Amino acid sequence: MQCQICKKEQATIHLTEINDGVRNEVHVCENCAVDQGITVKSQMPINELLSSLLSSQPSDDEMLAASGQELACPDCGFTLDKFRKEAVLGCPNDYEIFSKALMPLIKKAHEGKSLHCGKVPSRAPKTVKKQVEISALQQQLNEAVKKEDYEKAAMLRDKINQKNEKNSK
Amino acid sequence: MKLTDFSNDINEWFDGSGPQADVVISSRIRLARNLAGYKFLHACTDQEKSEILKILKDVLMELEIGDKSFYISVDDAPAIDRNFLVERYLISRHHAFGKGPRGAVIANKEFFTGMINEEDHLRIQILKGGLQLNSCFEQINKIDDMIEKKVDYAFGTTFGYLTACPTNIGTGIRVSVMLHLPALKMTGHIDKFLNAAKAMGLAVRGLFGEGTEAAGDFYQLSNQVTLGISEQEIIDKFEKKIIPEIVEYETAARNQLLNKESELLDDKISRAMALLRSAHLISSQEALFLLSHLRLGVNMHEHMGVSTPAIDGLYALCKGSDNKTNLSISTINRLFMLTLPAHLQINYGKELDPTHRDALRAKIIRSTLNG
Ligand SMILES: [Zn+2]
Ligand SMILES: [Zn+2]
Repeated sequence: MQCQICKKEQATIHLTEINDGVRNEVHVCENCAVDQGITVKSQMPINELLSSLLSSQPSDDEMLAASGQELACPDCGFTLDKFRKEAVLGCPNDYEIFSKALMPLIKKAHEGKSLHCGKVPSRAPKTVKKQVEISALQQQLNEAVKKEDYEKAAMLRDKINQKNEKNSK
Repeated sequence: MKLTDFSNDINEWFDGSGPQADVVISSRIRLARNLAGYKFLHACTDQEKSEILKILKDVLMELEIGDKSFYISVDDAPAIDRNFLVERYLISRHHAFGKGPRGAVIANKEFFTGMINEEDHLRIQILKGGLQLNSCFEQINKIDDMIEKKVDYAFGTTFGYLTACPTNIGTGIRVSVMLHLPALKMTGHIDKFLNAAKAMGLAVRGLFGEGTEAAGDFYQLSNQVTLGISEQEIIDKFEKKIIPEIVEYETAARNQLLNKESELLDDKISRAMALLRSAHLISSQEALFLLSHLRLGVNMHEHMGVSTPAIDGLYALCKGSDNKTNLSISTINRLFMLTLPAHLQINYGKELDPTHRDALRAKIIRSTLNG
């Protein structure tokens, strides 16, 4: 898609603004966005941004279609179509039901990350805590590989294997 | 507890104290949580929302969070009260003007708020003056632990705390730092800051303004990534890297003004003072703009020991009959907050049209700055 302002560059920034219920979509390139001060002005709710990401990317559309657009959550009746309109999910269960379709979007929103490695509720089973620890190590391992620090990567891999073995025993 | 019990003063976190308070106004940490076994909020009926509200209200009101707690039923509070709570950073605009049964528990002298039925079932926050993210997190984490003893949160091994919007999953943490950057603005370097923040994956918002513009040179920086990184790592990035760098930029800009553009600096400060002391009608936007310049002058005097003709002039003008000055960062912060539209009206006791607000605002500022 072409930038609406300079009509030259590829539009990489897609904004959806809702003013008094009227939906207005803007597609611009990085340079024009900076010129227009859109970086500051675009502080619309993040879910607006998400829904515009969703609606402007054909690859995501195909992804949604391929993974079963008609699928509805048995708990809340939510569909992906609804998510695309509202940019929020219907219930916690939706993360599992639509995980395949949501994954690209989650990665996009979280700098490529897809595994939790923070706090775990103290009431959660011990296995959950362990799994989250492993996720954290896995993430460090990915970083190490990216930086070509293979010594560290090997060390982390051993640690992960150790934890996995303990888990299975 | 009535709003007028505290509407005459600023929040304690806004009194101008705290680490690095010359640039960092405040630190806030918010956690998003949802109850297991319930739908996310916007898929709930009002009946279900009321159930969730009751559960969480009872839990929060029973917690011991410092000073006494009080509850505000947001859905049936008058619009002016809701605006007032937004102006004090106690609740979000989304919470204030959302739909359906919802409420807020405020405790410990406004350092804590629990918003029930905002976008998620629960959003709890701690706000402190200056750069104090670690201490904010320590407290909010403890409160989160206490809540978690009484309710089951929606949590999954892969995505952590499950939230209505996928942008908040994982830790559900939103770390925000409010900054005052008048010198970067005056020297024309603010865009560099905005771009750098964007490159680091942060969200930048203007504050106090009615729209999205940064009124009074206040900016809020927040993290956007909440998944695949621990709470402590996010906080460390802010405390050890991002904020120290910005403080350095702003300080360098202040020195540049002082050493190379002292006429520009003095001009802005003197003009701000002259207008603020003489205006009889002043809009919220204009007041914020001018107070920001005044705040810069007072800040440079208090924190850097700077003396220029304009800065010395400020103090000479603000001497009372006892020969003591009432000019300080906390005086100016008071003016910032108490002249916001909802504060003016709550303290006046009734609604005012914009012209009367502008007149009352000008009067408060004049009487404060005329010794
Ligand atoms: Zn362009
Ligand atoms: Zn569902």
